Amino acid sequence: MTHRVLSSLKVRTIFAHPFAQAIVLEIFAYLLFVYALPFIAGIATGKPAPTPVSIVTLYMGIVTVVVLLYFSSNEATWSQFKRPVITILTEQQNRTTVIIRWVIFILLPLLAGFQAYSGLQTTVEAPAELRSIHPAPPTAIQFKGKTLNIQGLNNPLRADQANFAKNVQAGAAVYTSRCVFCHGDALDGRGIFAQGINPSPANFTDPGTIAQLQESYLFWRIAKGGPGLPTESAPWNSSMPTWEDLLNENEIWQVIMYLYSATGYSPRTWQ
Amino acid sequence: MLSSDKQNWRPLVRAAFVIFFLLILFTDPALAQSPDPAYREFPLIGSRVALWLVAEVHLMFAAFMLGVPMFAVVVEMVGWRNKDARYDALAKEFVKLVVIAASTTAILGALLTFVLTVFYPKFFNYLANIFSPTFIIYPILFFGESFTLYLYYYGWDRMMEGAAKVGHIIIGIVLNIWGTILMFVANAWLTFAISPAGVDDQGNLVDLWAAITNPTWMPINVHRLIANVAFGGSIVAAYSAIKFLNSKNAEEKAHYDWMGYVGNFIAIIGLIPLPFAGYWLGREIYGFNQQMGITMMGGFLSWLWIIQALLIGILFLTANYYLWVGMGRISGGERYRRYIKYLAAILVVGWIVWATPHSIVASLEEARKIGQFHPLLGVLGVMSAKNTVVNLMILTTFISFLMYRRAGKEARGGGARRVKILQAIMVVSAASVVLFYGVYGYVDIFGLFGDPGSGTPAIIRIGFSVYQVAAVLAALFFVTLLDIFLFRRATTLGPMSWGQMPERSQYALVLLAVTFTWLMGLMGYARNAIRQDWHVFGILKDTSLDAYSPTLGFAAIVISVCVILFFGLIAFIFWLGELGEKKAKLTFPSSESKPAYEPAGSGGGK
Repeated sequence: MTHRVLSSLKVRTIFAHPFAQAIVLEIFAYLLFVYALPFIAGIATGKPAPTPVSIVTLYMGIVTVVVLLYFSSNEATWSQFKRPVITILTEQQNRTTVIIRWVIFILLPLLAGFQAYSGLQTTVEAPAELRSIHPAPPTAIQFKGKTLNIQGLNNPLRADQANFAKNVQAGAAVYTSRCVFCHGDALDGRGIFAQGINPSPANFTDPGTIAQLQESYLFWRIAKGGPGLPTESAPWNSSMPTWEDLLNENEIWQVIMYLYSATGYSPRTWQ
Repeated sequence: MLSSDKQNWRPLVRAAFVIFFLLILFTDPALAQSPDPAYREFPLIGSRVALWLVAEVHLMFAAFMLGVPMFAVVVEMVGWRNKDARYDALAKEFVKLVVIAASTTAILGALLTFVLTVFYPKFFNYLANIFSPTFIIYPILFFGESFTLYLYYYGWDRMMEGAAKVGHIIIGIVLNIWGTILMFVANAWLTFAISPAGVDDQGNLVDLWAAITNPTWMPINVHRLIANVAFGGSIVAAYSAIKFLNSKNAEEKAHYDWMGYVGNFIAIIGLIPLPFAGYWLGREIYGFNQQMGITMMGGFLSWLWIIQALLIGILFLTANYYLWVGMGRISGGERYRRYIKYLAAILVVGWIVWATPHSIVASLEEARKIGQFHPLLGVLGVMSAKNTVVNLMILTTFISFLMYRRAGKEARGGGARRVKILQAIMVVSAASVVLFYGVYGYVDIFGLFGDPGSGTPAIIRIGFSVYQVAAVLAALFFVTLLDIFLFRRATTLGPMSWGQMPERSQYALVLLAVTFTWLMGLMGYARNAIRQDWHVFGILKDTSLDAYSPTLGFAAIVISVCVILFFGLIAFIFWLGELGEKKAKLTFPSSESKPAYEPAGSGGGK
């Protein structure tokens, strides 16, 4: 038995074993998610970003399920896969195996205890948030005493092609004087106030923000700001001011035109 | 077959239960003291949860009842055309399960009406005012369906030969027509609550036909039709799996292995087009009301789609897993073993992309480094990425099925290699189309809709899903067509060892059914929660104590209870249905004797 265990320790034999392959796959996946993804994000977008713990947990869960299903999809491979586990659990004669079993049996509860202890430790940091980024707009809003039907509403300045550039220019001026401090001069949500705001200001260059929305949606969000968010999913956590107090209707439409013009996205249309 | 003596007492017992339950209900003090005639409060769990439980469990039974006859009649036709009595027997066994479940479905339907009328009289009265003509048609359809079902099942043995068999198949088709119309009528009521049409601003009826054919009616009809087939297939497969695990001899094992395979096959056939039908429904909801669409996909229900992604990932993986394990019982299946790791790799990547949320749960420190959306993973959170991977996962599942189908056979003839290459080109082309439009959804690479390199307009990007779906469906159709011709006169490599499946494959079938059921409950919650505090969206406000959307966590608990109730009930009634058959089972040959039973498909997965 001892001889068998020793011979099985040969590197080539170990990596030919399904159980070892599964462990290698798990380690590879973990390294990919934790280290390679931020690196790739840095190369692709020029902005390295960590993979959040919630995502690593989700991805590792999926990988583990698929790895187990793959190795159990064939009877011979599955028997081979289970053998080290069964041996560790049932072996009575081999002293080394018995010691390994005891080490595992002692370490596993300790690890679980450590995990529980770490999880219950209080920190000064705010807890992770399950954020809902896209509030649903109302069907209609009151804007300076006028009812605007958000559903089906189009930007009235967009049709005026003769003054298109002028309106975009005016929108840029509004953006620079009002919005740039939070949303940033690159429109990426990294303005000088951004670090003090949670959740972060909207990144308009992201294909998941204004590129997905109608202009009427933006009008509502700019005009009504955080206080105008719907009761659905309340309480909201938004620092967006109510710009209807400071901007007129045209200025809001102009700044919207600037956002789309500067990012290169087209607004979502109703048809 | 069930003897009529044995089953006579069952409806009586069930009716007694219902009467007892209603007596408790109507005599409860909480009910009597309710001050608001618009609503009454159900004791202990509240009216909403009571209605939720009854409606959901009824829906699960109804889906089973409507789905199974759809494929049972197809299986019967296959048996009739090929003169194979084994398919005929299998179809009859499917319908037997429907007959057993019929009375429970009807009782739950009656309970649903009671709960609605007693606890939500305002809502029910409003619906009755709009749809009163359909309330007259519905019972007629219901009786029509019930009588046709009994005629179909109890007339089976008498209508086995010649013109009578054709007549029997026609009865089966008529049964499905009844069922489909019945579902379409019920769908009109529920879809009207989501997307009302045919009424004026005060909610008065203007046009009944417009109210019936409201914007989400047909998408729900199509979605439910397909989902019922998939659900029915999965329940039949789970039933077979349980029977397989409890089998006493090789013949039983072989039979239920085959039955489970057919059930799983039907579930996969239904599962493949389901995402497309769901996508159409989503588009119609967005088209009807943007607020509703955003609430569903981006608002408080957005996390529901991550749960949905995990569940659908389980469905795809389990279906593939069953096929991979199944190849172990086919001589020649080992030839395809080496490809499974690549399929698993595609599935794991697809599942990961599908489950990646757009708004990631992050600590404050992580959020500061990431910004609003993760620069890399955030891209995977939008529909272009989701559509791309779901299409690739469908193609992968199709390849698993092709490998399973071919496992025990070898195509003959000189042109076989060329046909296989052509099939491979079709699959690769479909995958390329899917990937191309997936990437083009983000970037207008060639400047077809604006400046090259700029973002593709959202309204154009949405349309790309149609091309992706079309490419995949075309590949599925033509590759299958070629495969049928290719393997028509194939050489069999060895016997198909039905019954020699590891037990874990059967647990996979049970998992498939549980996941389907849970997913159905989850989607039902999504469809109703988008109405928020409206009984009928924009028309009839919910002013009850429950006029708020329950949290996902609470919904998950109620859905889980529904699933447990459904499986508990269906296991109980299937067990009751088996009571009359126990003696017949004892006459089966023992496992030592030569198997007397040989299911269709024996001999290399024919």
